Amino acid sequence: MVNIKIDDIEVQVPEDTPILKAAEKAGIWIPTMCYNDLIEPYGVCRLCSVEVVRGKRSRVVTSCNYPVREGISVRTNSEKIKWLRKVIMELMVSRWPNVKVVREMAEKLGVEKPRFESLEKDESPDACILCGLCVNVCRDLVGASILGFAYRGIKREVVLPFDEKTDKCIVCGACTHVCPTGHVKMVIEDYKGKKPEFSLGPKTAIYVPSMQAVPRVPVIDPNSCIHFKTGGCETCAKVCEPKAINYDMKDEIVELDVGQILVATGYDIFDASQMAQYGYGRYDNVYSSLEFEMMLNSTGPTGGKVLTKDGKEPRSVGIIHCIGSRDTNYHPYCSRVCCMYALKFAHLVHDRTNAAIYQFYIDMRAFGKGYEEFYSRLLDEGINMIRGKAAEVVEAPTVNGQEGNLLIRCEDTLIGKFREIPVDMVILCNAIEPKRDSDTVRRLFSISKSPDGFFLERHPKLDPTSTTTDGVYIAGCAQGPKDIPDTVAQASSAAARILTLISKGEVEIDPIRAMVMDEYCSGCRICNNLCPYGAIEYIEDKKISHVNEALCKGCGTCVAACPSSAMTGQGFTDAQILSELEGLMI
Amino acid sequence: MSFEPKIIGFLCNWCSYSGADLAGVSRIKSAPNVRVIRTMCSGRVDPTFILKAFQLGADGVVVMGCHPGDCHYQEGNYKTMRRIPFLKRIIKDFGIEQERLRLEWVSASEGDIYAKVVNEFTEEIRKLGPIKHPSCKVKLEKVLGG
Repeated sequence: MVNIKIDDIEVQVPEDTPILKAAEKAGIWIPTMCYNDLIEPYGVCRLCSVEVVRGKRSRVVTSCNYPVREGISVRTNSEKIKWLRKVIMELMVSRWPNVKVVREMAEKLGVEKPRFESLEKDESPDACILCGLCVNVCRDLVGASILGFAYRGIKREVVLPFDEKTDKCIVCGACTHVCPTGHVKMVIEDYKGKKPEFSLGPKTAIYVPSMQAVPRVPVIDPNSCIHFKTGGCETCAKVCEPKAINYDMKDEIVELDVGQILVATGYDIFDASQMAQYGYGRYDNVYSSLEFEMMLNSTGPTGGKVLTKDGKEPRSVGIIHCIGSRDTNYHPYCSRVCCMYALKFAHLVHDRTNAAIYQFYIDMRAFGKGYEEFYSRLLDEGINMIRGKAAEVVEAPTVNGQEGNLLIRCEDTLIGKFREIPVDMVILCNAIEPKRDSDTVRRLFSISKSPDGFFLERHPKLDPTSTTTDGVYIAGCAQGPKDIPDTVAQASSAAARILTLISKGEVEIDPIRAMVMDEYCSGCRICNNLCPYGAIEYIEDKKISHVNEALCKGCGTCVAACPSSAMTGQGFTDAQILSELEGLMI
Repeated sequence: MSFEPKIIGFLCNWCSYSGADLAGVSRIKSAPNVRVIRTMCSGRVDPTFILKAFQLGADGVVVMGCHPGDCHYQEGNYKTMRRIPFLKRIIKDFGIEQERLRLEWVSASEGDIYAKVVNEFTEEIRKLGPIKHPSCKVKLEKVLGG
């Protein structure tokens, strides 16, 4: 720690602190236009110049990169400094008269009209003031070193390599973020060269997945994080006070011993781009239900506003039901939740915009408590209900002289007419599908699936939460499409079943087990390798096989294979099955 | 009176037996000719049972188990998968048509498939006619006794 004096205020700061920071601590403002906490000071704007007095000598230095030393005193407001700042500001204003940050600073420093006339006068409001922040952030923080200065003196400017578009830029946006004038702009183009106004993905590489996330902590997307591209940046780690950022964290496999398992692995949504006729993935304003849900979210990309891709409020919105469900080409089953969320969408669009809303449905299934009432309410709100699945969504270049519309073609089966309805936005109600990895998961727990691919319960009516594997329960959309109340009911039931077993303290098992009749066993060991559970062991000194009853599950594979009938399956002995046979053949 | 085949079905408890149950619960009609014996796993079906069924006058035997990979006991149905083709060769030597023995995979959710298999198999056996006694019976008795 060193003691210094700034404008007669004494401060104690660690050695090597720049004067600018020390002054900040003392509560003294020093003007600067090229300083950023995250980047090494560059000292190019010269505005932060101060007078350092050591003994009888005084020197003018840039405070942003001048480290403090014991005993120095600093003058930030002397006549000399005031005059210096004024001249610098006059030079800046004369060159960039319309840049907001320059004008604001000039006002603060009392500069009204510059005495100079610049040869390189640039009157645009977003002119580059050559602060070098973008160049430095790209080189020092990001580590990409794409931006650089070219030419000298008054010709100096910031350029990309060879002044051309480059694919070496990692498009992190750090330069646009630090640019004080807005001169550095990022242009995002999609594959068609179009510029989208917003994307539905996360905006930054570190983000909280959703405001409802549990635990509510941010995650880093390694695909867009600068650190994982160049090894640089680490800005989030620098600003995180509890030092919670860890770049070395990896996915790991954790092994736990558990007695019972509740499989609630959820669902995937149907990929609507398979149904090319609805234009999902081809047209900008065709959304899947989840994407639209995200748009409605007040913490989402549009802040909860319903907007088309070009940022306008839609004049009409079409909601198409049963995309992939109730369709023999894809999924024959009904996804159950779509009718109700489609109504919710309609309600919210009605609430937030003046758009006309069209619902294209096959049948309305308002099956739950209070659902039919909600449906009636929506009808009163003036939603247009069209009975008939939409045939296709096409681009209609001009409708009534307005450009950029989509056109939904459909048959209205209630009036028996073919209709074409122009809309600005289409929302598809994607089917609920079994998780893509559900087969792997199901084999892991040895549970079966229904023909539709969802996990199979032990009994469709009497035991809808347990499976044929003892101790494995299923709940939610992993078992079949269902809405939140149904999922909560099923999961609670499964949890209660699990708790019952825990409180009981012991597990009842079926008495069906294999058993070796020692006197018949020849010790051939055929059974030993057949057992998938390793329940059969060979007793060396007796030269016979023995079944470990705790491991045996009673499948009887070994019983069927025993050449000397020494193995019997309790409950399913040879004698029992043979007499069953005889009984059946009478 | 027309010929009504007697068919014995060995059904595994977890898939096919549940599938048969589902067929019943779902009110799917299936031929009443198949008389079902439940085993815990299709792997429990001792080849002797099948021969015994033929000896006792069964016109056909169908063994049903879980789809490969879905066995409740992990790999019991793989054992069956290997045993049945062997047995098919053996029954030929007894003078029994190979078509009278069938192995089918029916999962617990396939009530309709259970009914389809049963109906198809019954029709096939009906076409084949009654099992040819006593020639094969004598031979079987020699092997199995009484």
